[in-house]
Amino acid sequence: MTAQYIVNGLTMGLIYALIAVGYSLVFGILKMINMAHGAVYAFGAHMILMFVTWNLGAVPAVILSVLLTGGLLVIYDRTILATLRKKKAPGIAALITTIGFSYIIQNGLMIAFGTEIKAFPALLGEKMIQVGNVKFAFSQVYILVVSIVLLVGLSLLIHKSKIGLAMRAVEQNSRAADLMGINAKGVISVTFFLSGMSAVIAALLLASYYQTVYPTMGVMIGLKGFSASVLGGIGILYGSAVGGIILGIAESLTVQFLSGAYRDAVAFILLFLILIVRPNGLFGKAKVSKV
Amino acid sequence: MNTYYGNIHALKGIDFEVNDGELVTLIGSNGAGKSTTLLTIAGVLKAASGSRIEFNGHDLTKLSPPQIVKMGVTLSPEGREVFPELTVEENLKLGAYCRKDVKEIKDSFDQVYELFPRLLERKKQQAGTLSGGEQQMLAIGRALMNRPKLLMLDEPSMGLAPNLVLEIFNLIKEIHKQGTTILLVEQNANMALKIADRCYVLEVGRIKFSGDAKEMQNNDEVRKAYLGTVNKKK
Ligand SMILES: Nc1ncnc2c1ncn2[C@@H]1O[C@H](COP(=O)(O)OP(=O)(O)OP(=O)(O)O)[C@@H](O)[C@H]1O
Ligand SMILES: [Mg+2]
Repeated sequence: MTAQYIVNGLTMGLIYALIAVGYSLVFGILKMINMAHGAVYAFGAHMILMFVTWNLGAVPAVILSVLLTGGLLVIYDRTILATLRKKKAPGIAALITTIGFSYIIQNGLMIAFGTEIKAFPALLGEKMIQVGNVKFAFSQVYILVVSIVLLVGLSLLIHKSKIGLAMRAVEQNSRAADLMGINAKGVISVTFFLSGMSAVIAALLLASYYQTVYPTMGVMIGLKGFSASVLGGIGILYGSAVGGIILGIAESLTVQFLSGAYRDAVAFILLFLILIVRPNGLFGKAKVSKV
Repeated sequence: MNTYYGNIHALKGIDFEVNDGELVTLIGSNGAGKSTTLLTIAGVLKAASGSRIEFNGHDLTKLSPPQIVKMGVTLSPEGREVFPELTVEENLKLGAYCRKDVKEIKDSFDQVYELFPRLLERKKQQAGTLSGGEQQMLAIGRALMNRPKLLMLDEPSMGLAPNLVLEIFNLIKEIHKQGTTILLVEQNANMALKIADRCYVLEVGRIKFSGDAKEMQNNDEVRKAYLGTVNKKK
């Protein structure tokens, strides 16, 4: 029985991990929380639904949604956030615009698609699989494989590629990055795009599993992803990912041993406890000081 | 060139030149505008309209910092500004960020490691955990990774113990001897004048004196103001 809950928790945890990584990427480079991330997730889900309804096929629908969602974030950054940075606006100004942006997105989705819960096609299949006494949906296997591939891929990109090195350079010292001839604007745009991409993939996986979408679907999962990210160590990719997995499994075990009603409360109590013991999150570290 | 910080007129029409193969030093007291001059050349600060900074026939005021780096104009900034959580190797790799000749970057690594063997020993160490002197070597090495045609060094001896200062100056001399044109900003005017060909003295945003480095060492006014009176005439 417990194995069943752990498998379900792991599934949910990987989705949280993908969302958490989206927050973490942007935070790493801009030291800013993109509160619109949950709404971006909902946007991605609706775009997939729209393209699938147009009979474009699942793969093109997902690719188009990634391009559109990533593009939306890049345009938002280039127009609003970049201007605020240029004018040296305080962090709080950027933060409130991201909250505003989340409502604009949700409002737009309500106008375009309606407020009601809509059916989402089971893009990842509906088959059930039984291993021993653990039962799971075939889509859970997809969630496992796709999210792990994406998380590992992102991590490799950041730690092994040239653009990843540039991202880390801008993150640590943007003035020095300028002197290396790194185009910080471009690097920030790439970061937002990757953040949008991870949200769309999370949306694809979870919407196919639950087979529903609605404009406010990103609110709670956005908050949970944010918490997971802080819990694991925001700005540190693997930390955020592990934070998501821990949160997912903890929630699932709560449902098993207490009741579904405690699920959200336990998630946040866990966050408090971990932060009290490790204020920078599980994998967060104090900065290496500059001599 | 003229440069402003908001309303503050930091560079008030300064005019100077560095010829191919020279080692020119820019000295002057705190706040004279030395760093501002280098940052303006690097394109990080915008020169006021009407300024002209010419490099091999190109007007740098019309170019972005990446374009200027690509032309071979590289600044090793005041205070080192290494990437603290990246390794020594990654810091050096970033110095070559704009280079397209990927195959030859390896040679530059070898050259930099030969010049600074200590960086080779510590290539996997985080830059923020290096000593001040090692960080300075890294900052200079990182600038060299761009294979600069003009290398600008802003106070490379700042905060270093006397024996390390000597080491750094010897290395700068060596880099110059290997054919790199250098514009050197220094508080340590005595040392700078010893290795430089020519010198400009900056005072509150204007060039006060200019001339041959050896003559400058013997100029009474300059010595009194910038070299300290304890310095004996050679
Ligand atoms: N970001 C800034 N905003 C406003 N004023 C500045 C700024 N940076 C420098 N200044 C001013 O411009 C003038 C020149 O500064 P600069 O840093 O170029 O001096 P410097 O010659 O390099 O001095 P030091 O030897 O102390 O490094 C100073 O009066 C300084 O106060
Ligand atoms: Mg200075």
